[in-house]
Amino acid sequence: MSEVVKFGRPKGFFETFERRPGSIKKNMSYCPGCGHGVLHKLIAEAIADFGIQDKTTLISPVGCSVFAYFYFDCFGLQVPHGRSAAAATGLTRANPESIVIGYQGDGDLAAIGFNAFIQAANRGENYCVFFVNNAIYGMTGGQMAPTSLLGQKTTTSPYGRNALTEGYPLKVCEMVSQLEAPVYVERVALTSPANILKARKAVRKAIQISMEKKGFAFVEVLSGCPVNLKLKPADMDKFIEENMTKYFPLGVFKDVADEREPVKRAVPVYDREKVEETLYRAMPGGNEAHESLDSPLFDRELRVKIGGFGGQGVLSLGLILAAMGKYRNLNVSWLPSYGPEMRGGTANCAVILNKGAIGSPIVDSNCDLLVVLNRPSLDKYLPELGENGVLMYDSSTIKDAPKVKPGQKAIAISAGDIAEEFGNLKCANAVMLGAIGAMLTKYYLTPADAAKFQETAEAAIAECFAGKDKIVKMNAEACKLGFTKMQNAQS
Amino acid sequence: MEYSNKLLLKGNEAVVYGALLAGCDCFFGYPITPASEIAQTAAEKFPLLGRTFLQAECETASINMVMGASAAGRRVMTASSGLGISLKQEGVSYIATMELPCVIIDVMRGGPGLGNIAPEQSDYNQITKGGGHGGYKVIVLAPGSAQEMCDFAGLAFDLADQYRSPVYLLTDGVVGQMLESVTLPAPRPRRESPEWALDFKVNPRTNYLTSIYMEPADLEKVNIHLNEKYARIEENEQRCEEYLADDAEFIISGFGICGRVIRTAAERLREEGIRAGVIRPLTLFPFPKKAFRKHAEHAKSFVSVELNNGQMIDDIRLAIECSRPVSLVNRMGGNLVTVDDVVRHVRKLAKGGN
Repeated sequence: MSEVVKFGRPKGFFETFERRPGSIKKNMSYCPGCGHGVLHKLIAEAIADFGIQDKTTLISPVGCSVFAYFYFDCFGLQVPHGRSAAAATGLTRANPESIVIGYQGDGDLAAIGFNAFIQAANRGENYCVFFVNNAIYGMTGGQMAPTSLLGQKTTTSPYGRNALTEGYPLKVCEMVSQLEAPVYVERVALTSPANILKARKAVRKAIQISMEKKGFAFVEVLSGCPVNLKLKPADMDKFIEENMTKYFPLGVFKDVADEREPVKRAVPVYDREKVEETLYRAMPGGNEAHESLDSPLFDRELRVKIGGFGGQGVLSLGLILAAMGKYRNLNVSWLPSYGPEMRGGTANCAVILNKGAIGSPIVDSNCDLLVVLNRPSLDKYLPELGENGVLMYDSSTIKDAPKVKPGQKAIAISAGDIAEEFGNLKCANAVMLGAIGAMLTKYYLTPADAAKFQETAEAAIAECFAGKDKIVKMNAEACKLGFTKMQNAQS
Repeated sequence: MEYSNKLLLKGNEAVVYGALLAGCDCFFGYPITPASEIAQTAAEKFPLLGRTFLQAECETASINMVMGASAAGRRVMTASSGLGISLKQEGVSYIATMELPCVIIDVMRGGPGLGNIAPEQSDYNQITKGGGHGGYKVIVLAPGSAQEMCDFAGLAFDLADQYRSPVYLLTDGVVGQMLESVTLPAPRPRRESPEWALDFKVNPRTNYLTSIYMEPADLEKVNIHLNEKYARIEENEQRCEEYLADDAEFIISGFGICGRVIRTAAERLREEGIRAGVIRPLTLFPFPKKAFRKHAEHAKSFVSVELNNGQMIDDIRLAIECSRPVSLVNRMGGNLVTVDDVVRHVRKLAKGGN
């Protein structure tokens, strides 16, 4: 007698399950009375009917449906326990044209994976989730699930679930439907033919929403696990309909599919010019060669440390010095103090300038130039000043002249007062920069290098405050002022 | 308008530039000091080029987002520091087993526990020996400058593709926070989706990715396959920088910020007439054993300089099969080893001390 197949397997399944190890290639691995097979069938039928198998990835969770990819004839990804929603986010963001289906059990979604799940729902990720709620852990052998009912005996709630100790069963549909982003939220049950037809409709609607790119769709499926609930398959439906639906009512919790526009994601840009425009620095002349420094000062490594209160512009003064060095073809490094130290406390940075390669970027000794804008920094860093080092300090905050060793120089500039007079206390660092220029001009720079100081400083300021024209102009002026004041004081 | 490709960038910024220029499509991460500038720079730059930046709700989510994007066939990366990396390890184990390429940056801070935000290198053992559960390994690069943060990002993506493996950039808070001149490479075209990817535009829907193999024989096969790959990586990808090493009696070794400190220290020791040289590993897995073995033929003694309790020192001992003494110069808790610390130590060795 030849075999006649009247109602075959949905086309969304493989003909035979070759990925399944062992000799059984025709049947699924689910127990009698389990809901997974039915829900699998509804999804498989939908992706085949909609003609989307080529574009669809089904994400297998950890739990009884871990091997869903044995059965579905579409792309498959098997993910860690509870991480389905995060992996789905990665997939759909990376390739917005693909259709992503999440399939999760109650432990996977509502316990270990709840944060990932609720966050993806809240972001309105464009994918759909089928949530199998059977009130029990199946794969590991009948332990309590977040959705186990009150009084329900499981292997880890042997005396029955107690609200006082285990809390209440988690109402996922009720929670998700409170969020703004989700498009469609429904709870169905795989019991009577009428209910299964409703589930079929819900599955198709959720997938449709994903195809239309409208965002997050969610279907909770009350499903049977007679083996672990120790019920006969026939009594399983009764348990769901009489016990579960009392606490987990069926129905549509949210449906705004008609109001939602498709989610639009950006298209990655790889055009070479556009990438360069975005990441390179706009500069007329391109990588123009700048004049190198010829002062003997730069024939060896120069080590600078700058210290002050957070907010005094200590870090940006260091940045500007580093940018100036780069502008004149030196290798530079800038190392800040970071973290809470910067928030209200003291801040410092180290700058190293070197014609050759820079070794350690840390300045904790042999400092050539120490710039301090407050007393604590003076006390802390003065011991690091090298043999012939120069100390420059803000005499508007440090009143008594610091004692330095023979060979070292201590140079005062009332940077704070000058900046205040100039009209902006925040420019004290730029005033200090100008003063450093005047000091270098007097003691260290060749006339050619000295003549270029202001120009180099302005180029560096422009780079450090790129796009903030007003700030650039103000700092350049303050720098010039500091230079003049220092020059007058020195003469 | 003409453009300059010479920029002043922090290590944490440079790595994002390097990644974008190498064709990175997606970034998923979670803020943590001292790695946050990576997420911040990515948040600013990725959208300007239509690429995906997403701040994940947690470290575990971010690594699983990486898994999803890599499975989709895209170049993807994430970044964190110590404790955040610990949280990602579950995902990395799956990613390594499914042989998905991705780039992970660990800008190490003080540990263990919540530790502090100052620089340390105490994730060395965690990262170089795999990190998560199971016997997998990951390629580990060790950038020591902003330029290398940029360049190694590109290298990391290429190695990740070549070996279908996660690749780490393992560095410390100093290298992440330090700003230096960086010469940016030329932008690269988009990398096509590989043949295993779940990308319907180029591949058939028969592609699937999994890391569960219930049959012991099947799982053993997977492990053998992975270990053969790691052997290939060990053979072909050892990288290091040698400096003044050819005639050195004392080989000093360190990575990240320590690699900079020891360079200056070796120069100083040479000025004193002490023949010191440097091996700076650029790959920590594979560890550059060949270079260590070569220099063990003439070096009297090896020194490992680390910001931890002495972790890389074991790999040096293994590399030279304990044929020479190996001593440790280290600080912990976020303190830095100074050039003076190293110079004093080697000076003492030169005088015959231990």
